[in-house]
Amino acid sequence: MAAAAELTLLEKSLGLSKGNKYSAQGERQIPVLQTNNGPSLTGLTTIATHLVKQANKEYLLGSTAEEKAIVQQWLEYRVTRVDGQSTKEDLRTLLKDLNSYLEDKVYLTGHNFTLADILLYYGLHRFINDLIAWETLHRLPPASLKPHTHHRLPAIACPEPADHCALPSWVLALLCSLAL
Amino acid sequence: MRLFVSPGSPGSLPVLAAAGRARGRAELLISTVGPEECVVPFLARPKVPALQLDGGNYLFSTSAICRYFFLLSGWEQDDLTNQWLEWEATELQPVLSAALYYLVVQGKKGEDVLGPVRRALTHVDQSLSRQNSPFLTGETESLADIVLWGALYPLLQDPAYLPDELGALRSWFQTLSTQEPCQRAAETVLKQQGILALRPYLQKQPQPSPPEDKAVSNEPEEEELATLSEEEIAVAVTAWEKGLESLPPRRPQQNPVLPVAGERNVLITSALPYVNNVPHLGNIIGCVLSADVFARYSRLRQWNTLYLCGTDEYGTATETKAMEEGLTPQEICDKYHIIHADIYRWFNISFDIFGRTTTPQQTKITQDIFQRLLSRGFVLQDTVEQLRCERCARFLADRFVEGVCPFCGYEEARGDQCDKCGKLINAIELKKPQCKVCRSSPVVKSSQHLFLDLPKLEERLEEWLGKTLPGSDWTPNARFIIRSWLRDGLKPRCITRDLKWGTPVPLEGFEDKVFYVWFDATIGYLSITANYTDQWERWWKNPEQVDLYQFMAKDNVPFHGLVFPCSALGAEDNYTLVKHLIATEYLNYEDGKFSKSRGVGVFGDMAQDTGIPADIWRFYLLYIRPEGQDSAFSWTDMLLKNNSELLNNLGNFINRAGMFVSKFFGGCVPEMVLTSDDRRLLAHVTLELQHYHQLLEKARIRDALRSILTISRHGNQYIQVNEPWKRIKGDEADRQRAGTVTGMAVNVAALLSVMLQPYMPTVSASIQAQLQLPPPACSVLPTNFLCTLPAGHQIGTVSPLFQKLENDQIESLRQRFGGGQAKASPKPAAEETRKTAGPQEIQTLLEEVTKQGNLVRELKAQKADKNQVAAEVTKLLDLKKQLALAEGKPLETPKGKKKK
Repeated sequence: MAAAAELTLLEKSLGLSKGNKYSAQGERQIPVLQTNNGPSLTGLTTIATHLVKQANKEYLLGSTAEEKAIVQQWLEYRVTRVDGQSTKEDLRTLLKDLNSYLEDKVYLTGHNFTLADILLYYGLHRFINDLIAWETLHRLPPASLKPHTHHRLPAIACPEPADHCALPSWVLALLCSLAL
Repeated sequence: MRLFVSPGSPGSLPVLAAAGRARGRAELLISTVGPEECVVPFLARPKVPALQLDGGNYLFSTSAICRYFFLLSGWEQDDLTNQWLEWEATELQPVLSAALYYLVVQGKKGEDVLGPVRRALTHVDQSLSRQNSPFLTGETESLADIVLWGALYPLLQDPAYLPDELGALRSWFQTLSTQEPCQRAAETVLKQQGILALRPYLQKQPQPSPPEDKAVSNEPEEEELATLSEEEIAVAVTAWEKGLESLPPRRPQQNPVLPVAGERNVLITSALPYVNNVPHLGNIIGCVLSADVFARYSRLRQWNTLYLCGTDEYGTATETKAMEEGLTPQEICDKYHIIHADIYRWFNISFDIFGRTTTPQQTKITQDIFQRLLSRGFVLQDTVEQLRCERCARFLADRFVEGVCPFCGYEEARGDQCDKCGKLINAIELKKPQCKVCRSSPVVKSSQHLFLDLPKLEERLEEWLGKTLPGSDWTPNARFIIRSWLRDGLKPRCITRDLKWGTPVPLEGFEDKVFYVWFDATIGYLSITANYTDQWERWWKNPEQVDLYQFMAKDNVPFHGLVFPCSALGAEDNYTLVKHLIATEYLNYEDGKFSKSRGVGVFGDMAQDTGIPADIWRFYLLYIRPEGQDSAFSWTDMLLKNNSELLNNLGNFINRAGMFVSKFFGGCVPEMVLTSDDRRLLAHVTLELQHYHQLLEKARIRDALRSILTISRHGNQYIQVNEPWKRIKGDEADRQRAGTVTGMAVNVAALLSVMLQPYMPTVSASIQAQLQLPPPACSVLPTNFLCTLPAGHQIGTVSPLFQKLENDQIESLRQRFGGGQAKASPKPAAEETRKTAGPQEIQTLLEEVTKQGNLVRELKAQKADKNQVAAEVTKLLDLKKQLALAEGKPLETPKGKKKK
C-alpha cells in the first residue's frame, strides 16, 4: 500500500472528513503533507501522529509517559523493521518477535488500542497476503485467544483465513477495533 | 527501571545524554552486558541499549528511551520532533551505521566513510541554517538535538569528518558537545579512546547492508520548478529588457597576459602530465579538461585569466623509456611532448601556455628555491643504502630490481613488494637481487641524500592553511587528504635521486645527483610561466593580487597542497600559493580500470579515430566527471546521453527555436509581447543561470552542466505547451503569440550557446554562427538573462547540431577498446546474462523512458493532481530501472572494484 493511500485510509478510520492531498518524496516515496498553517510534514508516522491530534483522538497516542514512548517505539519499528525487511529470514524473525511480544498482550501497549496497532497492521497487511508469510504465520504457536474477539471481520480487505485460531489474538482484536 | 548497555554500543550516547539532561542519572540502575547478550526477552536478536520499565515492559528503541526520559520530565511531544526522530531512524541510521562500520571495523577512511553520510549531514546543516535558530526544533536544545547529537557524535568528534562547508552543523554540534550531559555521556562511552572504543561492540554486529547509492546515478533528477515571487520576476524582466546595452565592454586581449591591479586575476594550472605516457580519458578529465572548462568560464566572466600546463619530463621512467626505444631521454621528451600537445589541441584545450619542465628556467628557479631552503636550514643530509648495478653504472629504482622474497622465497619478488605473499620489501633485503635491465647482480652501496625538513615547516604550513582553507573552494577530498597527512605528522622527505635525467643539485658532493621529481615538478608551473613571459614573478610572487586555482586528480593533492607550499613558505620569497585546490576522484573504464599494458580503455590519441567529435567526448567526460566520488566511462551510457540529452533535449530545442524563426518569420526575430507565462519562464531561466554561476564559481563543473540541460528542458516544454506551429496559422492574436514564443525561445537558445561555451566550444560557436549572435554577446556571460536577439535581428542558416550514435557503431568501438573486460572479471556469468538485451530492446526502452519523461513533465507543467503525477513518476522510475538492467548497468555500485 502506498503511503498516501495508507494515510487516506487512516483519515477515514479517524473520522476526518476533509481528505488531505499527499505528495511523495525521493526514491522511497516518503509521504509529505502540506499543512495550511506552517511548514510541510514529512514521514509516515509523523503525519499519522499529526492526523490523530487533528481528529482530537490523542488517546490513540497513549495516555501515560510509558504508553506514549511504547506507541512511538512501535511506530518506529513499523517504518524501520517492517518496511525495511528484505529477506524471508528477516520476515520470519520479525513475526516471531511480534508473536512472542504479544503473547501476554491484547494490543501493543497492553490493553489499549493505539495508532501503533493500526500502522503495524497496515504495514504487515501486505505480508499477510503473501502466501509464504501466511505459512510462517500458521506455523507460529497460536497465542492466547480472547473469546470476545472472535467475530465481525472489518471492511478492510483481508485474506480469508482458513483457520482463525491460527491468527494471533492481536490481529483479531485489531480487526474488530477497526470495524467498530 | 533498569538500563542495559554494552561497552562501545553507539546507542548509549544519546540515551545517557538524555538521561542526564532530562532526569538526572541518580535514579537509574545501569547494567552492563556483553554485546551478544539477549536482554529483551521477546526479541530473538540482541539489542542494546534497552530499558526495562517498572511494569516489566521493555523499550528497545534508542529514540524511544530518550523520548521516555523527556516525557518523564514533563516535555510534550510535537510534530517537528517526531519528524526529526523519524528521519533519524529511517534516513540517518542506515547510512550512518554503514559509515561507522567502514570506519571502525574495516578501517576505511576519507570519502569511503564520509561519502555515504554526506547527504544526511547536508540535510541537517541546511535545516539549521534555513530556520535560523541554534537548535533543531527551536531556541533551546531538546529531544531531537540529543538523539541526533548522540547518533552523530562518534563520527563528528573527529574533525576530519565534519566538513568545513557545513558551518551550521558544525556550530550546532560544538555547542551540544560542550554541554554537561553530552560531555559526560561521551566520556562514559568513548572513554577517551575516540572512535576505537566502539570497536568491541561494532565488530560483533552484522555488516550493515550498503545504503543505495543514489548520487552515483548519472540520470537527470526530475526537477521541481521553484516558486518565484513577483519581485523576482519583475527583476528578471527589467534585466531582460535592457538587452545588449547592459553588457560590459569587452576586455582587450593582451599578450602576454599579466595581472592587473584592481581586477580579478585568475591563474589556473592543471597537473602536469608525465611525458612518457599517452594520457587516457581519466587523465584528461581529471586535470586538463576540468581546468579548461574553468578557464573558459573565467574568461567569459571577463576575469583576467592565465591557464597553463605542460609536460613533466624528468625522472627514471623517462630514462627507461629512452632505453626501450633506443633514443636519448631528450629525444623521448621531444617526441612525447608533441603527442601530448596534439591530443590537447584536438580536445580543444585553451591553454595560454603548454610548456615543459626540461628548460634552463626550470633549473634556475628550482636551484634558487633550493638555495634559499638550504641557507634557512630547511634541508637535511642523510645516508641511504641502495642497490647499485655496476654494469649499468647506476642506482636501481625499486621497480628495476627483482630477486628472491626474504619472507616466502618467491623467485620473482619485486624491489618494493612480493607478488606472492604480498609483503612489503625493502629492496636491499631481497635475496639474489638482479638488475632487471642487464640481469647482473647489484651491490649495496650507501649514498648521501638531501631531505626537506618538513617537520620544521609544519607550523608555517598550518598557519597558512588556517588562513586559506576557510571560505576557499578546496574540494572536500583535498581537505581530507591534507588533514590526514597533518594528523599523522610530517616526516623529512628525500628530495634527491641518483639519476642523470633531472635538475642538477647545486651542492658540492652531489654532482651525480638530481632533484627528485616531486620536489621540482610543481616548480614546473613557475618555469613554464617564466618561459612565457620574463615578468613571470608578477603572477607567482603576487599572492595579494592573484587567485591561484590548481586542478588535479586526488593522488596529486599532497604535492600541491603540502610539499610545494612547504618549499615555498620555507624559501621566504612571497610566492603565490594555491587558493583553490580542485581535486577529482578517479574515472574507471566500463567496470574496471584503464590499462595501457592490457590495451583496455580509450587513450587520448585514439579518441580522434572513433569518428566521434571532440565536443561529444568533452560533453560526456564532463557529464560523468568524478566530482565527489569515482565514476565510470561506459560506452552504452555515452550513446544514451548523446541521444537523449544532446540530440533530443539540447539539440532539439536549439534547432526548433532557430527553425521557427527561419520558417515562420523569414529568419527575422519577431516582436515579443510578454505575457505572465513568458515572464515566468524568463525568471526561471534567470534563476537557473544564476545557479550555474554559483556552481561554476565553486568549480562544480559537472553540476553546472546540469543547469544547461535543465534550461533547454524548460525551453522544450515551453514550446510544447505554446505550440507556435499551430498558432502561426491562426488569427492575428495567435500569430502574435507564435511570434513571442519563437522570439523567447531563440533568445534562450542564444543564452545556452554562451553557457555551453566552456563545455562544448565548437558546438557553441556553430550555434552562434547559425543565430548570428552579435560578437559582444558571444564573449561575455552576464549573471542575468538578457534579450540578445532583439526583434528585427536577422539570423543565419539553421542546421542540426548533433548526430545520433548508433548501437552497432558503439558496439564495435566497445569491442575495439576492450569493453569486454567483463569476461575477464571474476563474475563473468552474472555480467554476461545482464548484457544479453539486444540493441533493439534498449532502443525501445529508451524511447519509452523519453515518452514517459515527457508525460511527467507535461503533467507537472499543467499542475496536475499530485497523486497522478506520483503514479506516473513511479512508472518512469520503473522504466529507467528496466533500461539500466537491459544495458547491463549495475543497479548498485559494485563494491570492492573501486580504484583507491
